[in-house]
Amino acid sequence: MADTKIEQMSISVAKEPSMMTGAIPRKEWMDVPAVFKPGNYCYPGKKDIVEYLDKNLPGKLFGEPREWKVEEDDWKLPENWKEIIIQGMKERLDKFRSFKVFMDCCVRCGACADKCHFFLGTGDPKNMPVLRAELLRSVYRNEFSKASKILGRLAGAREMTFGVLKEWFMYFYQCTECRRCSVFCPYGIDTAEITMMARELLHLVGVNTNWILEPASNSNRTGNHLGLQPHTFAQNAEFLLDDIEEATGVKLNNLTFNRKGAEVLFIIPSADVFAEPGIYTFMGYLLLFEHIGLDYTISTYASEGGNFGSFTNNELMKKLNGKMYAEAKRLGVKWILGGECGHMWRVVHQYMDTMNGPADFMEVPKSPITGTVFENAASSKMVHISEFTADLIKHGKLKIDKSRNDHRIVTFHDSCNPARGMGLLDEPRYIIENVCNAFHEMPENTIREQTFCCGSGTGLNTGEIMDLRMRAGLPRANAVKHVHDKHGVNMLSCVCAIDRATLTSLMEYWNPGVEVCGISELVGNALIMEGEKERDSGLRFEPLAGMEG
Amino acid sequence: MKVLQALGIVLALMLLAYVGVKVPGGRTLFGVVLPYLGFAVFIIFFIVKVMDWAKSPVPFRIPTTSGQANSLPWIKQNKLDCPSTTSGVIGRMLLEVLLFRTLFKNTRAEIHEGPKLAYGTSKFLWLFGLLFHYSFLTILLRHMRLFTDPVPGFVHALEFADGFMQVGVPTLYQTDIVFLGALTFLLLRRMILPYMRYITLQSDYFPLVLLLGIGITGVLMRYVVRVDVIGIKMLSHGLVTGKPLIADSITGIFFIHLFLITVLLAYFPFSKLMHMGGVFLSPTRNLANNSRMKRHVNPWNDPSIKPHSYAGYEDDFRDFMVEAGLPVEKEPEPKPAEEDAPAEGETKSES
Amino acid sequence: MYDTGKIIPGLLVFVGLVTFPVWYAFGTDAGPLPNPEKPTKARQCVESTEYMRTSHMVLLDDWRDNVVREGGDRRAKTEDGTEYIRSLQNGCMNCHTSKKKFCDECHNYAAVKPYCWDCHVQPKEAN
Repeated sequence: MADTKIEQMSISVAKEPSMMTGAIPRKEWMDVPAVFKPGNYCYPGKKDIVEYLDKNLPGKLFGEPREWKVEEDDWKLPENWKEIIIQGMKERLDKFRSFKVFMDCCVRCGACADKCHFFLGTGDPKNMPVLRAELLRSVYRNEFSKASKILGRLAGAREMTFGVLKEWFMYFYQCTECRRCSVFCPYGIDTAEITMMARELLHLVGVNTNWILEPASNSNRTGNHLGLQPHTFAQNAEFLLDDIEEATGVKLNNLTFNRKGAEVLFIIPSADVFAEPGIYTFMGYLLLFEHIGLDYTISTYASEGGNFGSFTNNELMKKLNGKMYAEAKRLGVKWILGGECGHMWRVVHQYMDTMNGPADFMEVPKSPITGTVFENAASSKMVHISEFTADLIKHGKLKIDKSRNDHRIVTFHDSCNPARGMGLLDEPRYIIENVCNAFHEMPENTIREQTFCCGSGTGLNTGEIMDLRMRAGLPRANAVKHVHDKHGVNMLSCVCAIDRATLTSLMEYWNPGVEVCGISELVGNALIMEGEKERDSGLRFEPLAGMEG
Repeated sequence: MKVLQALGIVLALMLLAYVGVKVPGGRTLFGVVLPYLGFAVFIIFFIVKVMDWAKSPVPFRIPTTSGQANSLPWIKQNKLDCPSTTSGVIGRMLLEVLLFRTLFKNTRAEIHEGPKLAYGTSKFLWLFGLLFHYSFLTILLRHMRLFTDPVPGFVHALEFADGFMQVGVPTLYQTDIVFLGALTFLLLRRMILPYMRYITLQSDYFPLVLLLGIGITGVLMRYVVRVDVIGIKMLSHGLVTGKPLIADSITGIFFIHLFLITVLLAYFPFSKLMHMGGVFLSPTRNLANNSRMKRHVNPWNDPSIKPHSYAGYEDDFRDFMVEAGLPVEKEPEPKPAEEDAPAEGETKSES
Repeated sequence: MYDTGKIIPGLLVFVGLVTFPVWYAFGTDAGPLPNPEKPTKARQCVESTEYMRTSHMVLLDDWRDNVVREGGDRRAKTEDGTEYIRSLQNGCMNCHTSKKKFCDECHNYAAVKPYCWDCHVQPKEAN
């Protein structure tokens, strides 16, 4: 839990002098140094993990493996670290048009300024997306525009220094690549792109965080973030079958692992098999598949939908993502179904086919139950569980008892990536409305494409920056509080595994009494299974409405 | 402070032109040579910049989806904010470029005690941005009367429409007022709002002050210190036809006006003003959201980056897998190997 | 990818638009430079040539306001004592007899459409 008590934090965010509360900074931003102290930074990557990643990818993408401390003034950077950064910048400018255009055409109109959840929660001016980008842009001008170099500060140009590097490490790890600013930018400048570039550059000189690198390297070797080995992964999942049986009285039979010839490969964020409340979402998936008799299998090799590589660099993102198609091909499945995960879907939707396709060894996804052909996934061959479930409901293939969710007053949090990097907005809502009786939307400036991040995405969901996370999550928490107070909302649903973990902490902090769940848990809970016992509790063994006694 | 620097620079430029034309040869320099040069720099470096952008590929489809995607047939797609076809993208881009649709959706957040965050709509930036750009465009097109002979019909029509209130002599153009008003708003906004002042660079003030300088000298020439329009047109039209004439009747203020425009032209391709070209090339706006439907190719995709192989994975964990009843490709050897060889290109760390 | 197939035509359109006056001049015949007819009777106007060139519209506007709306005197004297009538048709056009050969010469060139003739009856002139 956060170090700061909520009473103190509540006053702090609304009253303490900051750019959000109307205080006027005395110094220009270039003159304000980044100061690291416990609680405002993530711990650096462990040496052996950096070594492992370094060996597995071409080039020197992760810098020199070493032990270093963020608060010390010597980060043990390579001699020529500036050269590496500038050269890295040049390479990336040549590879990504977005980077070039976004460096050149910001007019600093300020429309993005108050769109960032980190800014709203911290009031730190460098968390305004425009200034976050200027941290990088100032160096770009100095290195890639002669006119700006001569004019220097007049044109917003400055030298790459250690101080700048520290600023980068601080503020590009206070951005969750949620893209909310990009919705409001008249030129569509996307800070996610800029943060991705900055993080790639930081990695080149070995400036990194363990919370991202360790899951990424685990994911590479064992297939999932936690490093669960195949047998553990399978046992964990099977263990949940017992819970399902206990709650519903139904013994599920069709869960298999690594089975060749299955019709569908099902890939989930691995957190769904071992951590609350994700496990309930997982139970929901399994109940659904049993209910419709889907011929599916789960892979222990590609047991991670999430892709922490996407928080480091393009190469590692591609490498980790590559398992999905590799495994689909090995098992000979017809198509892939993806579970509820945010950044997994950013990668799957916008990158996978380009990076690791063509997936010509599979078929255009077709629901074996309804016959619906998912034309929108015709090339990538991967369908989102919400698309799949919504289609089932629409065709009346599910037997649903909505009242089993009557103890839930539900709202829906659009996860950043499905919302702004995919456009998955109405499918989850359609599902919720069909499995729950009480559903209330949060205020319109906080949902759909304007949704607020949980505050802990892109590998920032680590305990050492809890205060920061609670601040960054404030806009989301505040909107939940609104419907909690107004409609008694007690369940915050979402389609993202990081959300399920981080929103839980966020709710415990800001809105005690509100729980977090995946959509599929609500579905699973409402399904009338063949041979089920009379239900008196939900998948969490919580009493159903009217069964509290 | 930064705004004063910008003002100082613009005043110095004005003085330079004013004094410069009094020096022998100065009138030709400021009236002919520099304008030609400025215009050439503008066009050439505008193209250079855009081609430089074009040289970098768009490796991935990264549209910012701002509405419901193309999904199941019965789910209503938001075809403008989340287009999946070229025509949708064109619609999105046209509304963006012509009506600044994104700015129209702008909001303003406030934090109150509680803490409680509140969001309201905020349309002033949209309104004044739009007014500024369109009045600027109208003024530019109106100026075509000085660059064409005979003057085409659309310029006459604009002249008439812009002065339809028939106030004063010469007739007052509404766009002159709107242009200066909007510029002043945009400038004051940067100077007064604390967060705007904090993010504003000197190079944000400069173009605003420069444009104000151009606008004010233009207005002065029309309404206050009137100039010989016929003499000026002989020069401006002469510049277009390659036969520039500088009549003796042209006075200092005109050269100041012209020089500031020359500076604007030459400054344009090296500055943020290139958002004029950039807005068309933004990959978050100009791409269709169809990356699962259609395959797109990344020209620098590196096929040598492969996932950690299944074979390597199974080698690592075969015994455990067999024990747990998971299917394997290769049956374990009767006696478990002490250490499996790492797969090619892979190393193992102890788990 | 690169989309050069869209960017290059886009740039061509851009260059076409900003160089519009140049190619427009190639496609059209510019008339001769304006040459307003000099009066035969008088040598001296009511104000200096420089002033009349830039500001005659202000003078005419003043006359109208003063004479027509405020009942001012129609008669006035130049600095050297020559008397004249403050009137477009009975004053100015005494010397500058032809609207077509005097007024229109410059007004057409500079695309100015003064609204004098909204009220005044246009003099009938032979073509």
